[in-house]
Amino acid sequence: MLEKIDKIKKLSHKIRKTILDISYNSGEPSHIGGALSMVEILAVIYSNFNIKVSKPLDRFILSKGHGFLALLSTLYCKNFIKDKKEIFKFQKNGSDFIAHPIMNKSIGIETSNGSLGQGLSFGVGLAISYKKKKINNSIIVVVGDGECYEGSVWEAAITATENNLNNLFIVVDCNGHQNDGAINKMMNFEEMKKKWLGFGWNVNSCDGHNISALIKAFKKNSKTRPTAIIAKTTKGKGVNFMENNNDWHHGRLTKNLYLESVKSVNKD
Amino acid sequence: MNFNSTDAKQWLRMGPRAMFGQFMINIAKKNKKLMVLSADLGRSSGLARFKVEFPKQYISVGISEQNLVGVAAGLADEGFKVFVTSFAPFLSMRASEQIRMNLGYMKHNVNLVALGSGLSMGFLGNSHFGLEDIAIMRTIPNLNVTCPADCSELGKVLDDYAFNDRGPSYIRLTGIPGSKNVYDKNYAYKFGKNITITKGKDILILSYGSILGQVKLSVDALKKMNINAELINIVSLKPIDESVISLFKKYKKIITIEEHTSVGGLGSIMAEKILKNDIKSRLFSISLPDKFGPTGTYDYLLKHHGLDSYSITKKIIKLVKKI
Repeated sequence: MLEKIDKIKKLSHKIRKTILDISYNSGEPSHIGGALSMVEILAVIYSNFNIKVSKPLDRFILSKGHGFLALLSTLYCKNFIKDKKEIFKFQKNGSDFIAHPIMNKSIGIETSNGSLGQGLSFGVGLAISYKKKKINNSIIVVVGDGECYEGSVWEAAITATENNLNNLFIVVDCNGHQNDGAINKMMNFEEMKKKWLGFGWNVNSCDGHNISALIKAFKKNSKTRPTAIIAKTTKGKGVNFMENNNDWHHGRLTKNLYLESVKSVNKD
Repeated sequence: MNFNSTDAKQWLRMGPRAMFGQFMINIAKKNKKLMVLSADLGRSSGLARFKVEFPKQYISVGISEQNLVGVAAGLADEGFKVFVTSFAPFLSMRASEQIRMNLGYMKHNVNLVALGSGLSMGFLGNSHFGLEDIAIMRTIPNLNVTCPADCSELGKVLDDYAFNDRGPSYIRLTGIPGSKNVYDKNYAYKFGKNITITKGKDILILSYGSILGQVKLSVDALKKMNINAELINIVSLKPIDESVISLFKKYKKIITIEEHTSVGGLGSIMAEKILKNDIKSRLFSISLPDKFGPTGTYDYLLKHHGLDSYSITKKIIKLVKKI
C-alpha cells in the first residue's frame, strides 16, 4: 500500500509539473488553478481504476471541462498520449487540445465539454448502459464545486439514485473558488456534503490532496447507491503564489513566473 | 414500413402521439437495443402500453429535460438505439444546449421526438406550443430535422431512423387525432428526399407536417377552379433536398405554407435558397405570425391563423392573381 501511495504521489508530481509546462508553452492564459486542485484526484482515479481506450472498462468523464489542462497532463503521464510534442499543441491555433476537452476516444477523451453541468447526466447514461449489459465496471465523473450551481447536476443526481447506480462515482473538487472569486456559503464544503446526502447518495468526504484518503473514499462505496466523494482541495495547489489566489483561475505564465512555479512544485 | 388505406384510416383516428407509442412497440419487437426515454410524459407520448410490454427498454428520468438528453447520449454512446420524447418547447428550448453539445458537437445518435408541436396542444397554450422549434433546431450542426405529415409518414420516419444510421435527429410531430391524412396508400419514403404530392404547372407550393393535409384539400379545390398547383412535401427540413431548386426555375410564384412562425422555418429556408441560387421567382410565405397568439381548439387556432384549407385556398387564389 505504501509503495502504491508513493507511486501515485510521484505521478501527481509529474502531472503538476506537466500542467505548468504545457501552460507555459502555450503562451496563452489557461485554467491553471482549477487544474492544480484536481491533480491528486486524477492521479488516484487513473491509478485505481482500469481506464483504457478499449471498452468495456472503467470510464472517466471530466464534467468540469475547464480542468482539461489536468486531464491532458494525466493522459500524457499515463501514456495515453505518447509524444510530448502532441501535448505541446495545447492552445495552439487549430489544435484539438484547447481549454476544454474535445472528444477523442482513441486517446481516452470521452466527451466534448466546456458547458458546465452536463457530464453527470452522460455518466448516468453510461452507468445505466453498464447495468443493462451486466458490465461490472465503474463510471467516474469529476465536477467542480462552482459547477454544482447548475440545476442539471441535481437533475442527474436524482436519476442516479432512482436507478440505484452503485457503479457511478462523482468527485466534487471543492477548491472553494469559482470564476469570480470565493464560492458562496451555500456551496461550501460542509454544505456540499449535506446536499449530496440529501439527494440520497452515499457520501464520503476527504482531503482531496491526500492520496490514501482518496483511495479509501473510493473503497467505501455502496451496494445500492451511487457514491459522491466530496474532496476538499486548494485551488492552485502546489504553487505558492497561486494557492487560493483566484487570479490563477485563468492566467498566463511568464518565464519568471513559470520558473518560480516549477521551483515551488519541486519543493513539495 | 408499409401500410394500406385501412391502416391509414385507423391511424388517423388514433393520432400522432398514440401512434408514436404503437410504432415504438413495433420497433422494440425487432430491435432489442431500442431504448425509449421520457421526462414524465410517457402517457402523453402514447407509451403506456410500451412501458408495460418493454419495461427494460423504457426509462423515465422525471421532469428533467436537460438530464433526459444527457442520459440519452450516454446510452447512445454504449450502442443503444435511443428515442427521447417530450413536448416540442421542452426539448428544443429547455434542453437546447444539451442537444447542441451531445447530439450536435459529439454526434451522439439520439432521436428526439418532439410531440404536440405547432398549435396542436390547443388549450394548454403558448407554453406548450411548438412555434419556433424548427428555427432553433436547424441551426445546430449535425442534427437532422424531420417533420412527418401524417401517422403513416411518422411510421416510415421512425422506422427509417430506427433501422439505419442517419445520425441524431429532431422529429417534429404536429396534428391531432382526426387531422387530415396526406397519404391514403403506401408510398416510397427516402431519408432527406422531398415527396411530390401533386404535379402541377401554375404555382409551386411547399409545405410539411400535418398542415400539409389542409394544403392538399386546398390544392384539390384549386384544381376545380382550373388552378394547377404542384405540391411538394418537404418532410426533411434539414438536410434540405436541393432538387427543389430545379423546380423553382419552372415557376414564377412559390408559396411556403407552415405551422411555425415566420422566423426561421421553411419560408426562411427557401428564401435563403432562392437568394443563393439567383432565382427570379417570387416567394410568398404563409405561416404563423412572430407573436404569441390566442388559445383554443386546434381547429379554432388553424382558422384564427388562416391555416385551415378554406383560408389557405383563398390566400393562394389571391397570390395567383397578384401580378
